[in-house]
Amino acid sequence: MIWNKDIECMDRQKMRALQSERLKQLVDRVYNNVAFYRKRMDEMGVEPSDIQSIDDIVKLPFTYKTDLRDNYPFGLFAVPMKDIVRVHASSGTTGKPTTVGYTKNDIENWREVVARCLTMAGIGSDDIMQISYGYGLFTGGLGVHYGAETVGCSVVPISGGNTRRQLQLMSDFSSTVLACTPSYALHLADALAENGYSLADMKLKAGVFGAEPWTENMRLELEKKWGIRAHDIYGLSEIMGPGVANDCICHTGLHVHEDHFFPEIVHPDTKQPVADGEEGELVFTTLTKEGIPLLRYNTRDLSTLNPETCECGRTSVRMKKITGRSDDMLIIRGVNLFPSQIEHVLLELGETSAHYMLYVDRDNNLDTLELKVELDETRLTDTIRDLQNLSRKISQALNSAIGLSVKVTLVEPKTIARSEGKAVRVVDNRKK
Amino acid sequence: MTIRQLSVFLENKTGHLNQILSVLARNNINIVALTVADSSDYGILRAIVSDPEKALQALRTEQFTVRVHDILSLEMDAAPGSMSKILDLFTAADICIEYVYAFSFGSKSILMVRTDNCEKAVEVILTNGLKTIREEDLK
Repeated sequence: MIWNKDIECMDRQKMRALQSERLKQLVDRVYNNVAFYRKRMDEMGVEPSDIQSIDDIVKLPFTYKTDLRDNYPFGLFAVPMKDIVRVHASSGTTGKPTTVGYTKNDIENWREVVARCLTMAGIGSDDIMQISYGYGLFTGGLGVHYGAETVGCSVVPISGGNTRRQLQLMSDFSSTVLACTPSYALHLADALAENGYSLADMKLKAGVFGAEPWTENMRLELEKKWGIRAHDIYGLSEIMGPGVANDCICHTGLHVHEDHFFPEIVHPDTKQPVADGEEGELVFTTLTKEGIPLLRYNTRDLSTLNPETCECGRTSVRMKKITGRSDDMLIIRGVNLFPSQIEHVLLELGETSAHYMLYVDRDNNLDTLELKVELDETRLTDTIRDLQNLSRKISQALNSAIGLSVKVTLVEPKTIARSEGKAVRVVDNRKK
Repeated sequence: MTIRQLSVFLENKTGHLNQILSVLARNNINIVALTVADSSDYGILRAIVSDPEKALQALRTEQFTVRVHDILSLEMDAAPGSMSKILDLFTAADICIEYVYAFSFGSKSILMVRTDNCEKAVEVILTNGLKTIREEDLK
């Protein structure tokens, strides 16, 4: 099944023409409505009239996460707030979140692309979809929700957490589709037995997993453990949220909804476009976005692009499953985390030295964080309780700043290795 | 009334305690009393030593995290119920005990007490004429 055959199977020349038209309108819009882009383009000597086709996109400036932060909260919005109908936000690197806004049209387009994603995953009006992504400022829950309603699923908006309840409703409601992070899906599978369930109690047939990078091996493991088809839904709040791309039943890459999100791959160092099939940083231009349109947003996700027609019949360009990142951002339980955020909290507290090491692990398929930080001698008292209070204080400060729980372990001064070059602050033991 | 106590931060690592002890040994410092408070990840070694100043310098030089604190020190009668009697007085004054440890030195029985209210504890000691111990008593 194909949700929007006209677009998803469009002749590539026609698609280029559509993209060219939309890019011209987009550039006009941002140049005239977003001071940030006008300044950037003026500095580069680029005028809206220089953009005549999608090929001219290389003349446009890049946008980075820091630009969103610098213009917090609404500085990059291209419409007045009266036209914004929703705001989402993700945690930011210095305590400030990254904010995005949507107009009515944006929400409609979001609905449309998620509907395409779900349809290509074989999901439709006969399905009961349990959405276990977090609802709220995070785009995961609400993003998938609207698309699922659009294709006619019976939606169970259970949100994240509470494993026992997840399994109970999955069984009682006969959910046929699960939408959550892949690691949570694995966790739920492993929790079946201890909660008194077996696969026979469940009617699950498909999973739509995303919000964190995961390997093809993990996808196969999920298919085996649940006896389902597992699909990868890709997205990021800066571009839209979940639904930017999705893999069809062929699982040969993720179809990008390129009439809305124009993808490019650029070399991580030179930022020059690379040839099709070569790996680099994935960059998106939001061709139709009204609330917060972005030119050439560099996701720092590493991928490749394949423009060949897929066996499923779709002509849309496919991106390879994300293999990693070109920066040090970690994705923990779907939450973006930069090590610098940890450093910022420690420096602000001033209770310990800023020498730390972050250990990321996966316990029962759930990501765990442990922070080892060097104790400052002046904070040592003669009671354990004072040290425990100190750990708790750091842990609480981190929790409120990054939205993740962190086990804090105090270690002796000068025991964390000092490096001469780029500091190694993270040990990620999740990689298989 | 108080004795200087070393408090050393101690990560839970094999052989770690002995590293501290060997530093003290190399510097010819005698340990008069020693106790370790522990949690799952680390502990605090508390020790009364023959030369706290020298011990502090020696341990710092060896990169240990160490500090010196003044802890109340009382002499107990060598008779059943003598520690209980002292603690009764603290309880009556609504003073909370953070930790205690006791040891013998020669013929003396010594109680080290850390409370949540040092001033009030001193008052109790003075009012009730409790026998106290000075560092010189341990030479």
